[in-house]
Amino acid sequence: MSNANPQESRGAQLLAWIDARFPLSKMMKEHATEYYASKNFNWWYVFGVLAMVVLVIQLLTGIFLTMNYKPSAAEAFASVEYIMRDVEWGWLIRYMHSTGASAFFIVVYLHMFRAMLYGSYKKPRELLWLIGMVIYVALMAEGFFGYLLPWGQMSYWGAQVIISLFGAIPVVGDPLVEWIRGDFFISDITLNRFFALHVIAVPLALCMLVVMHILALHETGSNNPDGIEIKENKGPDGIPVDGVAFHPYLTAKDLVAIIIFLIIFCAIVFFAPEMGGYFLEHANFEPANSLKTPEHIAPVWYFTPFYAILRAIPDKLGGVILMGGAIVVLFLLPWLDRCEVKSIRYRGWTYKFALGCFVVSFLVLGWLGLMPAEGVYTLLARIFTAVYFAFFLLMPWYTSIEKTKPVPDRVVYHK
Amino acid sequence: MNTFKNVFALIALLVVSTGAQAAGGGSALNDAAGNDVADTASLQRGVRNYVNYCMGCHSMQYVRYNSVGEDLGLTDEQLINNLMFAVDKTSDPMEIAMPAESAEKWFGQAPPDLSLIARSKGADYLYNFLRAFYLDETKATGTNNLVLAGASMPHVLWELQGTQRAIFDEVEYAPGQTRMVFSHFEQVAPGKLSAEEYDAFVRDLVNFLDYAGSPEQLERTHLGIWVIVFLLVFLFFSYLLKNEIWKDVE
Amino acid sequence: MSTDEGLSRRHFLAVATSVTAGVGAVFAAVPFLASWKPSARAQAAGAPVEVDISKLEEGALLRVEWRGKPVWVLRRSQTMLDRQAGSSAELRDPESNESDQPDYAKGEFRAVKDEILVLVANCTHLGCVPTDRFEVAPADLGPDWVGGFFCPCHGSKFDLSGRVYAGVPAPTNLTVPPYRFVSDDVIVVGEDTVEGAAA
Repeated sequence: MSNANPQESRGAQLLAWIDARFPLSKMMKEHATEYYASKNFNWWYVFGVLAMVVLVIQLLTGIFLTMNYKPSAAEAFASVEYIMRDVEWGWLIRYMHSTGASAFFIVVYLHMFRAMLYGSYKKPRELLWLIGMVIYVALMAEGFFGYLLPWGQMSYWGAQVIISLFGAIPVVGDPLVEWIRGDFFISDITLNRFFALHVIAVPLALCMLVVMHILALHETGSNNPDGIEIKENKGPDGIPVDGVAFHPYLTAKDLVAIIIFLIIFCAIVFFAPEMGGYFLEHANFEPANSLKTPEHIAPVWYFTPFYAILRAIPDKLGGVILMGGAIVVLFLLPWLDRCEVKSIRYRGWTYKFALGCFVVSFLVLGWLGLMPAEGVYTLLARIFTAVYFAFFLLMPWYTSIEKTKPVPDRVVYHK
Repeated sequence: MNTFKNVFALIALLVVSTGAQAAGGGSALNDAAGNDVADTASLQRGVRNYVNYCMGCHSMQYVRYNSVGEDLGLTDEQLINNLMFAVDKTSDPMEIAMPAESAEKWFGQAPPDLSLIARSKGADYLYNFLRAFYLDETKATGTNNLVLAGASMPHVLWELQGTQRAIFDEVEYAPGQTRMVFSHFEQVAPGKLSAEEYDAFVRDLVNFLDYAGSPEQLERTHLGIWVIVFLLVFLFFSYLLKNEIWKDVE
Repeated sequence: MSTDEGLSRRHFLAVATSVTAGVGAVFAAVPFLASWKPSARAQAAGAPVEVDISKLEEGALLRVEWRGKPVWVLRRSQTMLDRQAGSSAELRDPESNESDQPDYAKGEFRAVKDEILVLVANCTHLGCVPTDRFEVAPADLGPDWVGGFFCPCHGSKFDLSGRVYAGVPAPTNLTVPPYRFVSDDVIVVGEDTVEGAAA
């Protein structure tokens, strides 16, 4: 080997210097250039990397918002308008953050749905699913704390409703609510602590959880739309025959998905940041008034399915328990599903039907959460709450009687 | 794949029914404001209307005069001579002289700041509200409002619109049970403007409120087009690159 | 399939994609970096300040604030102007070549009208506010002191036009801010021209 380009060997020398002190090349190989994932990933597989992109967007825009936002009851609302009008490009940073919040949940819901389609929560990926569920709960907390910060009418009253739910817990309920608020009502004190939680505590936890999530994924290897473990079929070189190196194959493919996502994201940011009042709620353009409740309190759209379940039950504590239960039951998914076949492509009609019912119930409950809690809406909420829980609670039964199709040895890939 | 067809059909159904839900409730006046924020002349008339008729009671604490000047093409002189009454500098926000406590005493509640009223209520609501005042002797102000029942705001624009009465019909909605349903307005005394002129006056005013609620909107939409164009170019290259890299995968 | 052609097409596309990404990153960075510029509120607070000097007596010093900084307005008597003439030899920069002032404040008296001196009252060493010492030959400043400004922090000395003496820590003369006369009785600190083009 001739000593060709002196610059090239300088770069190689620098890399060698780093590698002797930090596992850079080792990490690049283990997690990118020699991490093999299935070649037949479809569009359902882009939502993980899109969630990371949204996380970065939220961190970056969030940091810059914090530079100008004032976390006090007296100044918060005005500081948001200061950002929107007086700070150069402040409006863009604010819209990116508000759109990013909703985008995060859309992406995460689709990401979770992919797992339900292809059995990505099944052995050996149960822990991956659990870490993901903790991320989801942390994300809900992050959204809840963040929503109080603009100190608008919906911020205040939404927080009022949700915090008072904790009062339903017997014995400890009322002291707990006072402890959460730090005051006898939602005040400047509550706002300031929610600010600390939203800006540093939960984001730190989220970042650590995301790292754990990816490490867990790389330990077992990624699943795929056929639910086949590609590591069980390796070629003479030790590389899975159905695998392609993450870099450059999947980085290139993900880049296309990221750009398409950014096109949709930017279209919303620049042309419809309010999204008809679903991403930026109309009532929140009025400053918080503790003496006047808005006509219609509803949480932001991404919480509405659980809100509908809460309101379906006439008993306050019962509603809280069921709403919590609706999230807890998701944690149990790997153990409720008794079918050995992972991917919906080869599963029986009972699971397909049940999953369809689950999707419908989730969407209908979401819509019901936006409606007033009366009349036919309450009846529908009860029906669809039952459907939602039936999906999980009956699962051990209908997944063990499933008539599955034979799973192929090799993944199904069309160019 | 049948599951997804069913799901999408249901989503479509839900969206349509939600839309119907949103349009129905509220007041009898459901006209669209029809304002165009790109119409600078309209905005100029609107800020003039605002300052002349609204700023006695309603501040716009988040709107600076000099940013209105920049966006609407008004010079500092025009701002100072025509629009600035309670403040000295063009960089000051559109504050008013009336203190909040006095306002609450005189009107029952302080007239709200209107910087963001177009974002919380919408341009259409405001357009209808300002045209929906009618005579009502039972109220302290002598008027009521069809869009906001029991409004504590007096009919400030009565000289321009004139005065009108609201005619209600008695309608039976269940056996033996009736309620009053709005039918139409009847002009009592004419104002300085005809009905069309008054509508145009209100439209200009609402246009200004729409602009003031989000002054960045024109710049935002213009920039957005270029951002999407850039991203499409980026998509083009990245898609070809992806295909090239995946070329040999079987 | 020709490998070379494949590789060079791939290379071209990789470069094209990377360059586009780089351009995009730069465009995306602009709003974030620009958001650090002084906001409309900062511009409003930093607006020029009107100062009424109709009641300012000879030898009297007025202190105002402009952009968070202390600014002196001093009405100098003829005696003070005469006293200053003799001290050029001990000054580090008598012609004001290295210090910060508008062009109309470069002469010996560093002012638009000689009797009115406008200075930013921050010592050019480390920013303390000097004390005004207009008396002649006080005990602590020596017999050659004809009046000026003395900074107590590290002993820098400036004459009655704010020019720094040689041999003191301060490197340059005190800064003259942009200002203009609206009338004989009113000056505006912070702008030279009517359209408000402040420094």
